[in-house]
Amino acid sequence: MSKPEAIKEASMEMQKQMIARNYDAITSKHETGRKVSSTFVPGNLNELLMCFDIVNNLPEINAIQAGMRKASGGYIMEAEKTGHSEDVCTYVKCDIGQMTKGNIAPNGKPYPNPDVLMLSYTGCYTFMKWFELLREEYKCPTLMLHVPYEGDGHSTQNMRDYIVKQLKEVVIPGLEQVSGVKFDIDRLRQYLRASAKAEDDLVWCLEQGKKKPSPIDAYFGGVYYIGPIFTAFRGTEDAVKYYEMLRAEVQGRIENHQGPLTPEGTYFNDQKYRLIVEGPPNWTNFREFWKMFYDEGAIVVASSYTKVGGLYDRGFRHDPDNPLESLADYCLGCYTNLNLPTRVDLLAEYVEEYEADGLLINSIKSCNSFSAGQLMIMKEVERKTGRPGAFIETDLVDPRYFSAANVKNRLESYFQMIEQKRRGGGSKTVAA
Amino acid sequence: MRCFIGIDLGSTTTKAVVMDENLQILGRGITNSRSNYDTAAAVSKQEALIDTRLTLFRRGLAAVPEVAGKVDDIIADLERNFRHVQFLEQLDDLERTCVTNIKGPRFAGRERAVIEALEGTFSRLRESSAAQYAPGVKRKSDFFRDLAGAEFMSHGEAVCKEANLGFDLILNVYDKSIIEVENRPPAGDMEGKFVRALEKGTMTGSSILKPVQAALAIPLEETYVVGTGYGRVRLPFPKEHIRSEILCHGLGAHMMYPETRTVLDIGGQDTKGIQVDPVGIVENFQMNDRCAAGCGRYLGYIADEMNMGLHELGPLAMKSNKSVRINSTCTVFAGAELRDRLALGEKREDILAGLHRAIILRAMSILSRAGGVKDQFTFTGGVAKNEAAVRELRKLIKENYGDVQINIDPDSIYTGALGGATFAVRAVVN
Repeated sequence: MSKPEAIKEASMEMQKQMIARNYDAITSKHETGRKVSSTFVPGNLNELLMCFDIVNNLPEINAIQAGMRKASGGYIMEAEKTGHSEDVCTYVKCDIGQMTKGNIAPNGKPYPNPDVLMLSYTGCYTFMKWFELLREEYKCPTLMLHVPYEGDGHSTQNMRDYIVKQLKEVVIPGLEQVSGVKFDIDRLRQYLRASAKAEDDLVWCLEQGKKKPSPIDAYFGGVYYIGPIFTAFRGTEDAVKYYEMLRAEVQGRIENHQGPLTPEGTYFNDQKYRLIVEGPPNWTNFREFWKMFYDEGAIVVASSYTKVGGLYDRGFRHDPDNPLESLADYCLGCYTNLNLPTRVDLLAEYVEEYEADGLLINSIKSCNSFSAGQLMIMKEVERKTGRPGAFIETDLVDPRYFSAANVKNRLESYFQMIEQKRRGGGSKTVAA
Repeated sequence: MRCFIGIDLGSTTTKAVVMDENLQILGRGITNSRSNYDTAAAVSKQEALIDTRLTLFRRGLAAVPEVAGKVDDIIADLERNFRHVQFLEQLDDLERTCVTNIKGPRFAGRERAVIEALEGTFSRLRESSAAQYAPGVKRKSDFFRDLAGAEFMSHGEAVCKEANLGFDLILNVYDKSIIEVENRPPAGDMEGKFVRALEKGTMTGSSILKPVQAALAIPLEETYVVGTGYGRVRLPFPKEHIRSEILCHGLGAHMMYPETRTVLDIGGQDTKGIQVDPVGIVENFQMNDRCAAGCGRYLGYIADEMNMGLHELGPLAMKSNKSVRINSTCTVFAGAELRDRLALGEKREDILAGLHRAIILRAMSILSRAGGVKDQFTFTGGVAKNEAAVRELRKLIKENYGDVQINIDPDSIYTGALGGATFAVRAVVN
């Protein structure tokens, strides 16, 4: 039985078209002569790539697309056949498996080989290993921007200088060589100006989660809201327009006291539980997973996943006046590059600021950079806020690790627990 | 009287508890979950209501001086006769169902003979049932299928042989019919059956009759029913009548031991570590995920591997003085380790002791993830009945958390249903 088509907002349709156009730009590189880079979401240098007319292809996003289209399971098994173990990041295996199955993009055309692997590594060592594998396959240049980990909870001037130096000495010359285009810093400034504008609107939207009812879902809806800024569109006029449209939609819902639109086409107004969610969502059963929340009246008012491509809500903006420095700050400040105490503080602040009932952690089986330390995070946030946390476990794109009955059971238990606690535990009872 | 009912639909068994508005337990009922949760819920609820009637009889008889000291016997007699009446009723249903299932080409021209054979078989079944329900006889099972099945085979074969008819014909209709009967919710009129049971009984007399009839006259009103357990979504209840089993287990444990702060439940397919507050509300919980190693089924698997009954494992492991280390936390791999140890000449009891320890080590890990063990600690679920598991648990709790009071209730299988019933009372009374 096929599921009914998901009902979408106009902004979602617009984003879909933007993504489709980008896939077309990637797959038509031989006709257009444009160069293609592969790069990652956290700490990506989209504006810089645009300065060289390079089209941005993001293997993580391709894996998510495959997950949502139910193709990832087959790809992962292909990768396992070639020797990638069960514990390896499933984004990696999905990407590798897809390559062995013809490497077909969502538009039905084959992905061309990239011209450059732009590894702006931020907080995840797997990224490095992933591109090592791709480098073997594609035999193309790899540009690595090393971003120091914020182990002490903050960045330093040294770290910033180190990144800027790499940009000047390695990344920019490398991209000039690959593309044949001369770097023009004013062009970068122009893109960064557009980025900052879109970022303002994104932050405004995300912060509306503080309202009751919340006009947004900062996790299941949030993954759409962050789409353009986190991927190939930051710095584009399309992204600026997208966020204006998104902002107008959110504003409209606020005026009508409406919650976000669910895929079933109804506005989720009856919000009983307000949650902060830590960790990426599951993509293979995305709608089923979402339904488990709105069916029970649970809305996500803020999440950490919507910060993996930048902590804009904490004040960071791309800055046309300090272009390379702001790229450095951006890379340093992505959520995945933060240490555990900083993550704890951030999540605890969200619980307070968004008046949430508690923190829910969706721990990802195959993502060590996210999952390590999450139980500690939960306990610390509970201790700091006095509000109960809960822990569920799924995976990114491996359908074998989504156990609907288990997840539902835990979610329902958590929601009922919140409900009971609100009532002060009912009345005191005596043992029978 | 107002009755508050909790039903816990587990993967293996379905349990029900009936409570009054003062949170006193009136009755408990249990049945196998089959693959039909609706029937399992109806059967367990009816069983709990039957048990409730027995409680009411007991209360009524307690006030009768003439029967002092004999109440247990009277209740046992009444229950036995009630079960017999109930068995005969289901037997009638089975016979009627068998007759309607005589269909298809294989019966062509032989319908009459098959009906007669069935009549003969069921008539003998009815006669022999009296012996099954005679005083002092221990029945092999409480489930109709088991009791009727064995007798049907022996009588049916004899009847068919005498009539020179193939036994396979009536066996065929029996097989089709027993499933239908088993999945049919039990017929009502519990009171009428008790009256008939009373008439059958040897211990009649006005001193008994009056209080029993008075207790029977009390209407049992199903004021509020709460469902829990894995099958809970199948219950024909509105959403607010359904509670997660984690909450029900927490509250149930609190009802049994009000000072409980940590609960460990090891059931058939999951292990739960739960922290509860002073009023029995869950504060935190952790469960096993993706893998059921370390749950009750693990022991079931090991029992099969060793060709033993599930209930024999604990006692055998208790004979061990030395525990063999079993490293695998995977059920299937544990089977492989087990054969390996046997081949190395280790004793069965020592290996079993190691396996019990492996289960409890898994549980300890879940407990630590859930925030550790606080005083008092209550252990529930089927595995709490296993003395070897309990021994390992006591040891490990002591090593890791020091002196903690460990509570294990013999009725712990009803913990979830008890919590459900308590939620039902709270929903209405408070």
